[in-house]
Amino acid sequence: MRRILPTLVTGALVLPALAACSTFGEGESASGGTEKLVLVAHESFSLPDELIEEFEAEHDVDLEIRQPGDAGAVVTEIALNPDDSGADAVFGVDTTFASRLLDADALESFEGDLPSGADAFALADEDRLVPVDSGNVCVNVDTAWFAERGLAEPESLDDLVDPTYADLFVTPGPVDSSPGLAFLLTTVAAYGEDGWRDYWRGLVDNGTELVAGWSDAYYTSFTGGGEDGQRPIVLSYDSSPAFTTTEDGSATTTRALLDTCFTQVEYAGVLRGADNPEGAQELVSWLLSEEVQAALPDNMYVYPVRDDVELPAAWAEFAPRPAAPYTMEPAEIAANRETWIGEWREETQR
Amino acid sequence: MARGDAALTRTLRLLALAALPLGVVAVFFVLPVGAMLVRGLAPDGHLDPGGLVEVLGRDRTGRVLWFTLWSAALGTLLSLVLGLPVAYALFRVAVPGARVLRALTLVPFVLPTVVVGAAFRALLGEGGLLGFLGWDGTPAAIVAALVFFNISVVVRVVGGAWAGLDPRAEEAAAALGASPARVLLTVTLPALRPALASAAAVVFLFCSTAFGVVLTLGGLRYATVETEIYLLTRAFDLPAAACLSLVQVVTVVALLAVLGRLRGRAGDAVPVDRVPPRPRRARRGDVPALVVTGLVVLATALPIVGLAVASLQVRGEWTLANYRALDEPGITTALDVPVLTALRNSLQVAVDATWMALLLGLLVALVVTRRARSRPERVARGLLDGFFMLPLGVSAVVLGFGLLVTVARPPLALRDEPLLVPLVQALVALPLVVRTLVPVLAGIDDRQRQAAASLGASPARTLLVVDLPVVWRPLLAAAGFAFATSLGEFGATSFLSRPDHPTLPVVIGRLLGSPGTTGAQSNPGMAMAAAVVLAATVTAVVLVVERLRVPSVGAV
Repeated sequence: MRRILPTLVTGALVLPALAACSTFGEGESASGGTEKLVLVAHESFSLPDELIEEFEAEHDVDLEIRQPGDAGAVVTEIALNPDDSGADAVFGVDTTFASRLLDADALESFEGDLPSGADAFALADEDRLVPVDSGNVCVNVDTAWFAERGLAEPESLDDLVDPTYADLFVTPGPVDSSPGLAFLLTTVAAYGEDGWRDYWRGLVDNGTELVAGWSDAYYTSFTGGGEDGQRPIVLSYDSSPAFTTTEDGSATTTRALLDTCFTQVEYAGVLRGADNPEGAQELVSWLLSEEVQAALPDNMYVYPVRDDVELPAAWAEFAPRPAAPYTMEPAEIAANRETWIGEWREETQR
Repeated sequence: MARGDAALTRTLRLLALAALPLGVVAVFFVLPVGAMLVRGLAPDGHLDPGGLVEVLGRDRTGRVLWFTLWSAALGTLLSLVLGLPVAYALFRVAVPGARVLRALTLVPFVLPTVVVGAAFRALLGEGGLLGFLGWDGTPAAIVAALVFFNISVVVRVVGGAWAGLDPRAEEAAAALGASPARVLLTVTLPALRPALASAAAVVFLFCSTAFGVVLTLGGLRYATVETEIYLLTRAFDLPAAACLSLVQVVTVVALLAVLGRLRGRAGDAVPVDRVPPRPRRARRGDVPALVVTGLVVLATALPIVGLAVASLQVRGEWTLANYRALDEPGITTALDVPVLTALRNSLQVAVDATWMALLLGLLVALVVTRRARSRPERVARGLLDGFFMLPLGVSAVVLGFGLLVTVARPPLALRDEPLLVPLVQALVALPLVVRTLVPVLAGIDDRQRQAAASLGASPARTLLVVDLPVVWRPLLAAAGFAFATSLGEFGATSFLSRPDHPTLPVVIGRLLGSPGTTGAQSNPGMAMAAAVVLAATVTAVVLVVERLRVPSVGAV
């Protein structure tokens, strides 16, 4: 009996402490009479709380944001139940996945107007997918590394197969990486159906390192991203140089090669099975509003589609945009993606 | 009392005990996975066997299956071979600091695979400390990572049983002149066989369903069934994904059947002593085990030290900025909440997941270990035993999407229920909990329970005085497992994570997924710092939990 007592005392102390840690009794905010509005978005979706609260107050809705994963997961979740996905609107469907939602007939037409500048990113004859932001996947270089060695920085895709730059380039493959897939599409767009496989053979022969994901390339292998990287040329985004500044923010240590870029557009849409279709329409319009568009660069690393909002200073200074990036229609991507990835595997893994 | 009545009572009691875990697994596992299989295999309501044959016939399917089998088998074998000496040294020999080392063995378990993948690539890649091995991007790196994750399972499952093993049989053999090696081979290992089989089963399932490390370390060239299901689901090739899921389930069931045989007629019993023997002083014969233990600890520490070093650097200079940034809201645009808030969320979820897993696991273990009185009863218990292992053997991606299309939707609509995430994590931890408890529970001589009953103890009191004292230690070990599993679980959780309550692995993933070295800290540095905090937290919690002791009721 002597030894039971301390145990009981310990238990009596520990249990309430544990209970305090539990998620039990963590009340969801009561929504009262306000209507619910559900947005499915990818994991990178993020906007300032004040903006979201303003929207909720203005339209008297309770906005609930669900983030099941990356764009691929978002699209898959909706396509599994295109008639009734349990949500009202979707955001973050990118160029490479856009066709799946159209093919699954999961979307309604957007009834609002596109702001100035957005037209350039809209799909031809398609009012179900609304362009919200865009970004470019581009080859980046560590400018300090090249300066130290007195070596000219590469500028073009062709330079990457030049022996001068042997063993210096690292890129994620297209298998499970969205920028990696974009780079494969870049090469198809640049060298054509007949030429891209030769180009990739050239890349492999020139010692290009292929890794699984963007962070493996950027943070582990790239000299300008992590602490121990060995390669000064990497595949990333046109906005990346704005995030490799010196500590005082006066200069950046990397640069995007603007002749190697591929445009990815992110779309929003109203879901066909929406319980609150009016709210969903208002939500998509709101994503195109000046306030939200201006908040996109700092919160999601992407460029707004509106041409009348100001970019953050670091972006304007360190992340110039490509003048003529490569592009491809979502339908063409959808029709060929798996074939191209299969051929890419053959070419790079012989 | 008529025999028929007694049998009926026993059956009813069995059903009553099994009802809760059965119901939970049915709703939160069978239903979602079944829904995904149906969608893939019978999209229009009728089965399409031609599609099944076509997927199975693909060259790639064969290669993927073969790679999965051999990499998982090799990973399991190496984990066992390296884990056994460590289990012995940490649980049977009085090694200084054994308590801390035992807690540290759980660290690989909680580290998010993105972090471990990064740590391994930093170690094995160009310019890494072990870069000269040339393992980067080869199966060797994948198997090494599998062993890194799973040695702890062997150490804890086998160590827990070993610690309670009655030493008298070994002493008798030694007294009769058997050499230490002979004692080990003919007395100790056979006695530990149930625990070894349990550990092997769990490790094999972990290895064959490993996901993150396989994608990171071999993602472009090597695929396992698990990563292939993920890629096929992303490509929306649901029939092929369902087909491979089916292959996965069939393989798991076959494996469990084989292991059930291996455990043999003796069932799951590890003979336990009611008063566990104290670890004894190290002897000369312990040197090989101690050396192997030292090497394993060193090798396991390497990647962890690597990420600790990375957490202390920004722009090539030493700094604590990454740690200071963990508590600052808005320090990086990659995050909506400070990292420490995410840590608190993770701890809350882990506490719930732990008690759920222990409750369910204890019920399951009780059901499957009580001695069966008839053949049908034995078969039923065996089937239940296997059934509760299934959550380990099925793709997290299939489970995740399955949950989204079933319990997350009306009529259940549990998506916003705070307890959904811990419950799903508890299911993932359940097989580990069961496998930790079963060998020990089964080792209790049923005559002790009968004696207690004949002295007038109620079934509940019998449980309290006979089962609990023996099972207390493995129960704590299981609690550690469940807690660590929950803290590190990313696969199924990521589908259900609540954006306003992100868990730490989710936050680490976001930090590593976005560029950012702008202020004094950097995003990858913060991710590594967060991983170090996660590792320190689980070590501390496990140390405290394992200090809880049940009194030896025999002394009452």
